[in-house]
Amino acid sequence: MTDKRRNDSSPATAPARAGRFSGLSVGKLLLEGRAFFALIVIIIVFSSMSPYYFSLNNFLTMASHVAIYGILAIGMLLVILNGGIDLSVGSTLGLSGVMAGFLMHGVTLKTFGVTLFPSVWVVVIVACALGALVGLINGVLIARFKVPAFVATLGMLYVVRGVALLMTNGLTYNDLGGKAELGNTGFDWLGFNRLLNVPIGVLVLAAIALIFSVVLTRSVFGRWLYASGGNERAAQLSGVPVKKVQVYVYVISGVCAAIAGLILSSELTSAGPTAGTSYELTAIAAVVIGGAALTGGHGNIRGTLLGAFVIGFLSDGLVIIGVSAYWQTVFTGSVIVLAVLLNAVQYRRPGRRADKNGTGSISARTKDPASVTGAVTKKTAG
Amino acid sequence: MTASSDSACRTSDVVLAARDIVKSYGNTHALKGVNFEIHRGKVTTLFGENGAGKSTLMKILSGVETPTSGSIVLDGEPVIFNSTVDARDRGISIIHQELSLAPNLNVRDNIFMGRELRTAYGVDFAEEARQTAALMTSLEEEIAPTTLIQALRLGQQQLVEIARALSVNSRILIMDEPTSALSAAEVELLFKVIRDLTSRGVSIVYISHHLEEALEITDYAVVLRDGNITAAAEAKDIDLEWVVRNMVGENFNLGSPPEGYDLGEVALSIDDVSIADAANPERSVVDSLSLDVRTGEIVCIYGLMGAGRTELMEAIAGRVPMTGGRILLKGQDISRLSIADRIERGLGLVPEDRQRDGLVQTMSVGANLSLASIGAFVRGLLMSRQDEHALVDNSIRDVHVKTAGGSAPIGSLSGGNQQKVVIGKMLMTEPRVILLDEPSRGIDIGAKAEVFRLLSERAAKGLAVLFSTSEVSECLSIAHRIIVMRRGKISAEFGPDVTKEQIMAASGEAVVA
Repeated sequence: MTDKRRNDSSPATAPARAGRFSGLSVGKLLLEGRAFFALIVIIIVFSSMSPYYFSLNNFLTMASHVAIYGILAIGMLLVILNGGIDLSVGSTLGLSGVMAGFLMHGVTLKTFGVTLFPSVWVVVIVACALGALVGLINGVLIARFKVPAFVATLGMLYVVRGVALLMTNGLTYNDLGGKAELGNTGFDWLGFNRLLNVPIGVLVLAAIALIFSVVLTRSVFGRWLYASGGNERAAQLSGVPVKKVQVYVYVISGVCAAIAGLILSSELTSAGPTAGTSYELTAIAAVVIGGAALTGGHGNIRGTLLGAFVIGFLSDGLVIIGVSAYWQTVFTGSVIVLAVLLNAVQYRRPGRRADKNGTGSISARTKDPASVTGAVTKKTAG
Repeated sequence: MTASSDSACRTSDVVLAARDIVKSYGNTHALKGVNFEIHRGKVTTLFGENGAGKSTLMKILSGVETPTSGSIVLDGEPVIFNSTVDARDRGISIIHQELSLAPNLNVRDNIFMGRELRTAYGVDFAEEARQTAALMTSLEEEIAPTTLIQALRLGQQQLVEIARALSVNSRILIMDEPTSALSAAEVELLFKVIRDLTSRGVSIVYISHHLEEALEITDYAVVLRDGNITAAAEAKDIDLEWVVRNMVGENFNLGSPPEGYDLGEVALSIDDVSIADAANPERSVVDSLSLDVRTGEIVCIYGLMGAGRTELMEAIAGRVPMTGGRILLKGQDISRLSIADRIERGLGLVPEDRQRDGLVQTMSVGANLSLASIGAFVRGLLMSRQDEHALVDNSIRDVHVKTAGGSAPIGSLSGGNQQKVVIGKMLMTEPRVILLDEPSRGIDIGAKAEVFRLLSERAAKGLAVLFSTSEVSECLSIAHRIIVMRRGKISAEFGPDVTKEQIMAASGEAVVA
């Protein structure tokens, strides 16, 4: 008897929604696989416009560009699943490269009168640890001190960029190749070498994607993340350590940014303090195009990867067919807006009554699960 | 007009009538030919379970929705409302359960929101303030027009909402659950205002789940069940039993305390617990309260809103810090443990607000059910899907969740089934003690009975159950012991043979009556 009884307002919207979509299963398919279809359309359009676009070599080159955004975006996805945002990743990427350049050029310890040239794996670990530290500061500010994620990471965006500029005095570290006699060669391996003809950066992206795909779908941490992003209060009362999860996602995001920074500076064999400026926005865009909800709880690795490829293949395609840089910006922006628009359609939930009230003042009632509720709760709790 | 309604009420008394209203959503018929009348200067109360169609009917009367067929007659003339503005212009206003005020704005700006008084140079704040002051005076609540809404108590906010409705000369005021968040004193004040309004010729439609309370203010009672009006009568001719009988359609029994076994040792011991009021740390919302619950025992805490029930429950579960006292679980002090550790040791809370604290709306039924016991199906580093499915399926059967399966979205379930998921989640952790804060909130009486039956079965198997309620009839069901809370203290303790009147007297409700 109870299953037929719905909460007061749900019959109003549920059938209407079912009617809109079930009649148009093609529309539903297009909506859910939108990032995938967008990618196919992009490839078809550019292939028809330029003979150079559709070739394995070009795809691999574009993929190595995508790798940078993709790695940032995976870290960003975890943060967004948690209902947060990480604006500091672009700066962290830059700082990681600068730290690598600094170490490659030798650390002079005046008191001992020696200059140390750490080997490449030490450089990688130190850079990643630095990324983790930035993430830890973000996480602690947000989880422990309740600073809104937007503000905390915006602050770190400036601080970290400033530190990178201070370390280099605004200059760029060139020539990161290392010297054989110092035993620190091999840094360019990350950015230049290929394994089975695939750039190392792409392989790193694939590995990170695979790991986090399993983490999200199969590990306890993944379940905790989806739960605390969907409804922090409910997750907490179910025994989920929501604060710990929150700190971890920012740490992971920081490490991902550091890895991306290493790959980028290896590709360029130089590390500038302004590298990665505004990359955080590209990463957020990739996550959103991949169908994740900025309110948290919805999204997956596959979508985010597709999102990164859509952005990368689109902007490289525009370069190849010779569209001006200004138009590229317009196109990319339009794709992002469209993606957010489609997300809004997808996550429109039953029970959130269409507000036809003239003044717009009657609030959505909360008897039914409304995505609004989740978002509001999260804001007041975090 | 329904046969049972009083023939003494002449048509001239009817200010608004709904005639043969049918509202269908696809194949679902929310209203099946409803005739409903609102009497001039009277309080017409609409009773009905969740899903009976009350809200749909109110949405049609206030212009939010248009009926599939049927007509609305206002002062003897048929009218069509295309929007809430249409309805408002004709003097019909609705006040929703969740208030629709902007807390960051002041009283004046809220009252004139969306229809500001203009002069050539902008908004005429002085005139707005004058009218606001006059309205508040007429409601006998002197609140300065420039007071921010967030500085007001809920009851006062409700009055501002009423003032807003009156400011557009509403003749018909629909109030949906207006008392659900009010204190006893505020309810008293609201009822006084309602009486005052009706004496000025304003007609009120009142909707409430608090049946006893609603009956106090009712002039005409109308009962809706499954989209039909099942009964209508003048308040003087009816009583609570009449309302319940017509709402439910049969004499519904919520059960009796499980018998045939001896209660075990003390499972949960609340020892001298005090909790500070979050809004006012000087005050204790729970004040040196002690209570034991034994294995197999079902204890009910009855109290009005603000009596401290929710705070007590949340403190036991570890969500709210205590300012004094200890919580003992099977003799062990758990006062300093985290929520997760308390669940691990066998203490689970089913929170009051299902949507806010109970469910993760973005996850499936299965993921919600298993959320508190993930450890049970982790193999090595990863979760075993197979083991999880087995546990979830088992739980769905166990607590009788009516769902298409564990992978169905949680939003696809009815309120009662969602509640069973929240309870099932806690039962899956195999607790020794389960706390339930208003487990029947927002679910219909059939689901309520199922929940109580489930708890009573579990208690017979050795679970200690502590649940709170604000409905007297629920105390007199499965509980072995009834504790009445009033202002943070236990004001009385009864056995299952107590009367409703005794409970209500101990809770302080008699003051309202």
